Amino acid sequence: MNFLGYRRDNGSAGTRNHVLIFPTVVCASTVAQMISSKAPGTVYAIHPCGCGHVGEDKEQVIRTMVGFTGHPNVAGVLLVGNGCELITPDVIAEELAKVGQRVETISVQDAGGTTKCVEEGKRLAEKLLTEASGINRQSVDISELILGLECGGSDAFSGLTANPAAGIASDLLVAEEGTAIFTETSEMLGAEQILAKRAAGAEVERDIYGIIAAAEAKAKSMGVDIRGSQPAPGNIEGGLTTIEEKSLGCIRKGGSTTIMQVIKYAERPIKKGLVIMDGTALDVMSNIGLIASGAQVIVFTTGRGTPVGTPIAPVIKVSTNSNTYDRMKENIDINAGVIVDGKGTLHSVGQQIFDEVLEVASGKLTKAEILGHREFDIYTLGHVL
Amino acid sequence: MQKKAILIDQKDNVATALCQLEKDDSVQAGIEDYTVNTILLQDIPLGHKFALKDIQRGGAVVKYGETIGLATRQIRQGGHVHIHNVESQKGRGDKQ
Repeated sequence: MNFLGYRRDNGSAGTRNHVLIFPTVVCASTVAQMISSKAPGTVYAIHPCGCGHVGEDKEQVIRTMVGFTGHPNVAGVLLVGNGCELITPDVIAEELAKVGQRVETISVQDAGGTTKCVEEGKRLAEKLLTEASGINRQSVDISELILGLECGGSDAFSGLTANPAAGIASDLLVAEEGTAIFTETSEMLGAEQILAKRAAGAEVERDIYGIIAAAEAKAKSMGVDIRGSQPAPGNIEGGLTTIEEKSLGCIRKGGSTTIMQVIKYAERPIKKGLVIMDGTALDVMSNIGLIASGAQVIVFTTGRGTPVGTPIAPVIKVSTNSNTYDRMKENIDINAGVIVDGKGTLHSVGQQIFDEVLEVASGKLTKAEILGHREFDIYTLGHVL
Repeated sequence: MQKKAILIDQKDNVATALCQLEKDDSVQAGIEDYTVNTILLQDIPLGHKFALKDIQRGGAVVKYGETIGLATRQIRQGGHVHIHNVESQKGRGDKQ
């Protein structure tokens, strides 16, 4: 089975062909945005990071920036810095050179201020756009596809309709030797035994228990006992009885296949098949982590509805119920509420999601792309100094 | 036709109400060619669970094909399954 993708010089395959204008530090974010607005056809991302990070936090921010800007959906990237920051364009460019990404760099201090930097940046962006426009889609084996799975704004139907249907799509992709990554560690608490039973070996089993225990410990260190409030009163009113039940609903989007590997936030998996990425339950940060890990398409299930997209990878929205779909049709691509309405089954919607993933991978635009949603955020670990 | 209840896995001994269900309703819940008929013993609110078979005290309550908790008393087929008769096996610091 194949999709039509963009083959990169380094051998990777993208589902989009973006030229990305990316600030490596918050101080350069307005300049990056200005360059993008003067070079139509480019995309940009802005964020509050790039300086003052230490230790594990610094590693994670750099790993995310490298994974994101070096992504196969990016034909070429212009890195924009200020000049005195911790994470300069050169820090990221050096890593991108190792993975063979097409990169240009610029800094506000070297260029001599905002106006000159924007002019020079526009020239570089146009060069990257010209190069990117010469690349055409070609047949790519589906085994090269990495699907990110995310859920947000969950409701009583999340675990009954959209999540298990997304899980079926994940199983179908894994059966074709593709890769699916799911995340949101704090929503696995109470389901660790079930996930551990599906581990590919002792090391993966240990990693699963490890990340979930760490998420629980982190909550406790903040003076919060997750279990004291899970399920939340609203969940109980909605029919969720135990934390196991709630977590089982969340993990359904990972389908039923063997868990091959546990990766850090924004880490590239070395295994194919189903993978868990350790990370936050915050939607935009999850999306960006999944992309930085290599996901070229994301399936996002939602109960209450959400508008978010990403700067470089398409996000397919799946609603858990028909009310939300009817209310937010312009944002939602697929309605899993038909399972409740008796107009579809888990398997028919699962197949529909899988088919949509292939079409979107081959160029079909998602609702979030058409509306221009480009949300970006990085999951940071520490206080900045 | 609007389905009244959903069954997720053939191993499950509970189904979930997809609308407000009334006592004495006859409800069919199934997956593929496996179907269970249940007469409800109580009203079951939207999103809540009812037993598809008798569950003994201490027996596993199964949804998604997995144990979501243990019955704290006998639950009869058609009975409401919730916090009044099911207990989590997680985070029980008081039992350690």
